[in-house]
Amino acid sequence: MTLAEKAAAGDRLSIARLLTMIESATSEGLDALDELYPRSGKAHIIGITGPSGSGKSTLVNRLALALAGESSTERKVAIIAVDPTSPFSGGALLGDRVRMRDLADRPDIFIRSMATRGALGGLARATCETALLMDAVGFQYVLIETVGAGQSEVDIARLAHTTVVIEAPGLGDDVQAGKAGILEIADILVVNKSDKTGADAAAHSLAVMLEIGEDLRKETEKADTGHWKTPIVMTSALNGEGVSALADAIREHHAYLAESGEGEKRSQTRAEDMLDRLIRERLFETWQEQSDPGQYQQVKTEVIQRQLSPRKAVNLLFS
Amino acid sequence: MNFQLRPKGIIFIKQDICEPMDRKIRVLIAKPGLDGHDRGAKVIARALRDAGMEVIYTGLRQTPEMIAGAALQEDVDAVGLSILSGAHMTLVPRLLDLMKANGQDATPVFVGGIIPDEDAASLAALGVKAIYGPGTPTTRVIEDVKKFANPV
Repeated sequence: MTLAEKAAAGDRLSIARLLTMIESATSEGLDALDELYPRSGKAHIIGITGPSGSGKSTLVNRLALALAGESSTERKVAIIAVDPTSPFSGGALLGDRVRMRDLADRPDIFIRSMATRGALGGLARATCETALLMDAVGFQYVLIETVGAGQSEVDIARLAHTTVVIEAPGLGDDVQAGKAGILEIADILVVNKSDKTGADAAAHSLAVMLEIGEDLRKETEKADTGHWKTPIVMTSALNGEGVSALADAIREHHAYLAESGEGEKRSQTRAEDMLDRLIRERLFETWQEQSDPGQYQQVKTEVIQRQLSPRKAVNLLFS
Repeated sequence: MNFQLRPKGIIFIKQDICEPMDRKIRVLIAKPGLDGHDRGAKVIARALRDAGMEVIYTGLRQTPEMIAGAALQEDVDAVGLSILSGAHMTLVPRLLDLMKANGQDATPVFVGGIIPDEDAASLAALGVKAIYGPGTPTTRVIEDVKKFANPV
């Protein structure tokens, strides 16, 4: 049996080894991913994002239990938890497992911690491939927890079927809620820490922001097109309150994606993204193999000395 | 692919934009048992991070089953345990058995904490790579992990 076949049969050590290989982009790992690709496309990929300290890991812990249901031996929930790599040492402290202790020895749940390794946008470089592997080896749900995200870490929305944005009371006023960025990507908005004062006010300002969006949409669209209305779910991850309502909202969104054709559109975007990224990388490699290192050094020196603008330097390299 | 002929600047750009990434050493730092003092574990976790490793920290009060599960899912190159409770002769052999059953008997295990000399000898005989008492310099731990972890 190949490693890919063992992983597809559910062998956890093989899955773990493949994840490492894919993360380090070894040819053995990437070949295995090619082999498994036809099996993918069945999982529901769910992105969980929000500011640091909003309770993402604690909520993922609860949500994974709600989605998995009774413990079984099937592959139910895979969790990919991303934390930042230190730009100084290249090392990382991956601490999301601390809040996921209820899941540590469940045979139907698999948690993998990943460091960003220099990628921006809230995900690690290989998160996309990692999610693909978890999907291909048969996990029903793939939960991706991003690094603590502020306003512009929106890559997750292009990867996940359903994006859950978590806010917590005390993190900003209603003007923050109107800004572009992370709130725009939410398919489901969560106000976590609902046991704290200010939670109702936070939910209210988010609701007003969503209403304004709805009103503006009605002005431009004549008929009600049956689009998805982003729900606001109040949760307290600490006490487990609201978690089953969140699981229901996630399942409803999945059903909506299938019925409305929106899911099909998003798969196309995802496929395009992956293809375009690989094409860019291949083009760069090809150029690098054919280029003259001396000329590169030459234009670099001129750019540093302000004799040549970077754009003109690139024109020269490609002339 | 041949990198040697390329000037340094290009290699840097390449790593920034596309694979291959270098393989990082991944280490699990865990606190089995019931004692609640995790300062030592946090110091080691931080020191290994600053040495460029990816450190997965489990938090307090882990059972050997939870630690073995984490070591498996994370496919770590080394496991470090911090034990101050005196229960090391129960917890460590149990963890080693579970890791063996998972096919991870080649993954090195290190133990830090208050371990009497005679127990240290027994743990070493079971396969624990090194045992660190109070006052061990972090540089020694970093060197050992680098030496034994050897990622493929």
